[in-house]
Amino acid sequence: MNFFLLSLLKAAVVAGALLFTLAYLQWVERKVIAHIQIRMGPSRVGPHGLLQPVADIIKLLTKEDLIPPYVNKFFYMFAPFLAITLALTSIAVIPFGPEIEIFGVRTRMQLADLNIGVLFILGISSVGVYGIVLAGWSSNNKYALLGGLRSSAQMISYELPMALAIVAPLLLANTLSLGELVEKQGGAFLGVVPRWHVFQMPFPQVVSLIVFLIAGFAETNRIPFDLPEAENELVAGFHTEYSSMKFASFFMAEYANMITICSMATVLFLGGWQPLWPAALGSSYVPSLLFAGAAAVMIYHGLHPARPKDRYTLPAAGVVFLLIAGVFLLPPLRPFLIPVFWFASKTGFLLFVFIWVRGTLPRFRYDQLMRFAWGFLFPVAMLNLLATALVVALVSR
Amino acid sequence: MSDPEHLSETVTAALREAPAGEGGSARRMTLNMGPQHPSTHGVLRVMLELEGETIHTARLDIGFLHTGIEKEFEVKTWQQGVPLTDRVDYLACLSNNLCYALAIEKLLELEIPPKAQWMRVMLVELTRLNSHLVWLGTHALDVGAMSVFLYCMREREDILRIFEAFSGQRLMTSYIRIGGLALEPPRGWDQAVRRFIDAFPSKVDEYESLLTRNPIWLERTRGVAVVPVADLLDLGVTGPCIRAAGIGWDIRKSEPYSSYDKFDFEVPVAAEGDVYARYQVRVEEMRQSARIVKQALEGMPEGPWQADAPHVVLPDREKMKTQMEALIYHFKIVTEGFLVPQGEVYQTVESPRGELGYYVVSDGTARPFRVHMRTPSFGNLQGLPAMIEGRLLADTIAAMGSLDFVLGDVDR
Repeated sequence: MNFFLLSLLKAAVVAGALLFTLAYLQWVERKVIAHIQIRMGPSRVGPHGLLQPVADIIKLLTKEDLIPPYVNKFFYMFAPFLAITLALTSIAVIPFGPEIEIFGVRTRMQLADLNIGVLFILGISSVGVYGIVLAGWSSNNKYALLGGLRSSAQMISYELPMALAIVAPLLLANTLSLGELVEKQGGAFLGVVPRWHVFQMPFPQVVSLIVFLIAGFAETNRIPFDLPEAENELVAGFHTEYSSMKFASFFMAEYANMITICSMATVLFLGGWQPLWPAALGSSYVPSLLFAGAAAVMIYHGLHPARPKDRYTLPAAGVVFLLIAGVFLLPPLRPFLIPVFWFASKTGFLLFVFIWVRGTLPRFRYDQLMRFAWGFLFPVAMLNLLATALVVALVSR
Repeated sequence: MSDPEHLSETVTAALREAPAGEGGSARRMTLNMGPQHPSTHGVLRVMLELEGETIHTARLDIGFLHTGIEKEFEVKTWQQGVPLTDRVDYLACLSNNLCYALAIEKLLELEIPPKAQWMRVMLVELTRLNSHLVWLGTHALDVGAMSVFLYCMREREDILRIFEAFSGQRLMTSYIRIGGLALEPPRGWDQAVRRFIDAFPSKVDEYESLLTRNPIWLERTRGVAVVPVADLLDLGVTGPCIRAAGIGWDIRKSEPYSSYDKFDFEVPVAAEGDVYARYQVRVEEMRQSARIVKQALEGMPEGPWQADAPHVVLPDREKMKTQMEALIYHFKIVTEGFLVPQGEVYQTVESPRGELGYYVVSDGTARPFRVHMRTPSFGNLQGLPAMIEGRLLADTIAAMGSLDFVLGDVDR
C-alpha cells in the first residue's frame, strides 16, 4: 500500500513537472528563436508573454475538432493518442536525483528504476514511430502520407546509430539501469575532472555524445531533420489534417520526445545529477550563488532603471530570486534540490542547443539524410563502439 | 500555353497517356502542389507525378493571378499606365515603371535630364536589392534556414522606408513617370540612402556567413536543377538564372539605358548552372548593385528632375498660378492626357529577375493601342519542369526558390 501511494505521488509530481516543462519549453523556444531572429517573441499575454502557454492551451482546447470525412476514423483518432502516450511514458525511467529520504521513506527520485531502463526507452521510442506513420496513413492525404513515410524511414535509420551510441557508455558502466548508470559517474579524476562518461578516462565518449545528439535531432523530427513535417514541401507533413487537441498531442509529443532525448543524453553522458565538480570543492553552493548573482543584477538594474516600470518589477523579481537562493541553502531540502538543479541545468542546456540549431541550420533532403545516417553516422558510431570495447577490454584486464 | 482550357486538356491527356508503373498496377501518385501551398510563392499550381518521392513529370498550371493588365492599359491614358506597371511585378515596381517610361519616352523622343536618369538608376538598383533580399529570404526559408528570412526583411525594411520617403508608397511606388520622376526627391534622401548603403555590404556578409559555406546548404543546392544552357536559352530563361549557367547576358551592359554605361560595375557569371550558382550570382549582384547605388549617390548631377516637355510633364504648381501656358498644359494633361506619335517600340531593361520588355504600339492618340510585356518570370518559370523532372520532391522547392519568379509577373 505504501509503495502504491508513493508511486502515485511520484507519478503526479513527475507528470506535473513534465507537462509544465512542455508548456514552457515551447515558450522558451519561441523566445529564443525570436531573439536569434531579432524579433520580440510572445510579449502580449502576461509579462514577457509568460502566460502564452496557457493561452495556447485554451485556444487549442476550444478549437473545433475537425474530422475530415475521408479519413480512416479509428486510426485517425488513435494516432495522436499513441504518439502522446508513448512520448510521455519514456520519462518514467529517467532518474532526476539520487536515493533520498522523505518523511522517513527512502526512495529514488525516479518513477521506476527498471534494471533495463535503457532498453525500455529505446523500445518505447521505436514504437513512437507508429503514431506518426498511422497519422500519415489514416489521414488519406498525400502530403500526410509522404510525411509519415519519410518519418518512418528516418526514425528507423537513426535508431541504429543512436543505439550504438548508447551502447558505448554502457560498456563503461556495465549496467542497464539508468539510476546505477548515474551513480557510477560520480566522483572525479585528479579531484577535478568529473567522471562523466563524456570525460570518462579510459575512453572519453565525446563522439558517442555527438552521434547520440545528432540521432536525437532526427528522432524528434527537429531541424535539420524535420523532413516529416517540412512545411515548405509537405505543408505540415503527417499532421496536415489534424486540428485542435489532436494537433496539440503531436505537438506535445514532439516536445516530450525532445525532453526525453536531452534527459537521456544527460544521464548517459553528462553524469545525470552529478555536479560539475565535487561537492567537497563547494559545488553545492553553485545554485545559491547563481540565483543570488541573478538577484544582485536585477536589484542593481532596478535601482538604475532603463524603463520606468523596471523600478518596481526588477527588485521584486530580484527578491524572489534571493528567496530561491535561500531555499537551496535549507539543510532539509538540499539533498533533494541540488541534484535536481544539476540535472535540470544540463538538460536545459541541451534543450537550448536543440533550439539554437533550429534558428541556424537549413534542412536536409530526404536522400541526403539517409546517406548521412547510413554512410556517416552509422560507421562512426560503430567504430567508436569498437574502440570503446577494445579499450575497456584492455583496461579491465 | 496561357490558354487555360488548352492547358488543362493537354494535362489530362498526358496524365491519361502516362503508362502505369512497371509493377503492373499504377505506382505513380499525382500530387497537386498549389495553388495553395507554402512554397509556390503565390498561386502557382504544379502537377507532379511522383514515383515515391521522385518526380516523374511536372506540369505547370499558371493563370490564377491573371488580372488582364495588358488589356487595361488600353483604356488608360499613357501616364495612367504607370501604376498598372507596378502591379505586374510587385517586387520590382520601379524596374517596371522604368521600362514602361523608357518605351514611351522613346516614342515621344524625350530627352531626360541627367539627374533624373541617375536617380532612376539608383532607385532601380535599390529595387534590385529589395527584390533579391526577398528572394534570398524566401529561398533560404524554403530550404529550412528560417533566420535568414528575418535578417533579409530587416534590410528590406530600410529600402522600403527609402521608397516611402521618395514616393509616399512602400510597395506600389509609381515613382518613375513618363518624362522623369513623379515628385522632387525628398529632403535628406541622400543621407538616408548613404546610411543604408554604407551598412549594406556587411549585412550581405552576414547572410553569406549563414549559408555560403554551410554544408547542408551546399548539399541542398549544389548540382540541383541543372539544365543544359541550350535548353535554357530555348525556354527563354534570362537574368541571374542564365548568368549562373555561364552566359553573361545583362541588358545593362549589352544595351545600356538610362546612362548605365556611365557606371562602373561587373556582371557576375557562374558556370555551374545549379541552384548554388544562382545563389552566388544573386548575392554578388547585391554587392554590385550596392556599388552602383554608391556611385549614383556620389556622382549625382545637379539639375532638373523632369524633362523639359511641357506637353507631357505636369507643370510646377507655382507656375500654374502665374503663367497662362502652364495652366493650359495642366488642364490638357489632366483632362485628356498627352498624345504619343504613331509608332511601335520595344524597350528592355534588366529587371531583378531578368530581361523585362515592354512592347508598346501607339496609334497617335492619348491612349495606348497595345501594351505587351515580355516578363522575365514567365520565361524563367518555363525552365522549372526540365529542372525537377527525375529529381526529388524537395528539389522542387530549391529549384522554385532559385528561379525567383513572381506570379504577378507570370500571369499579369
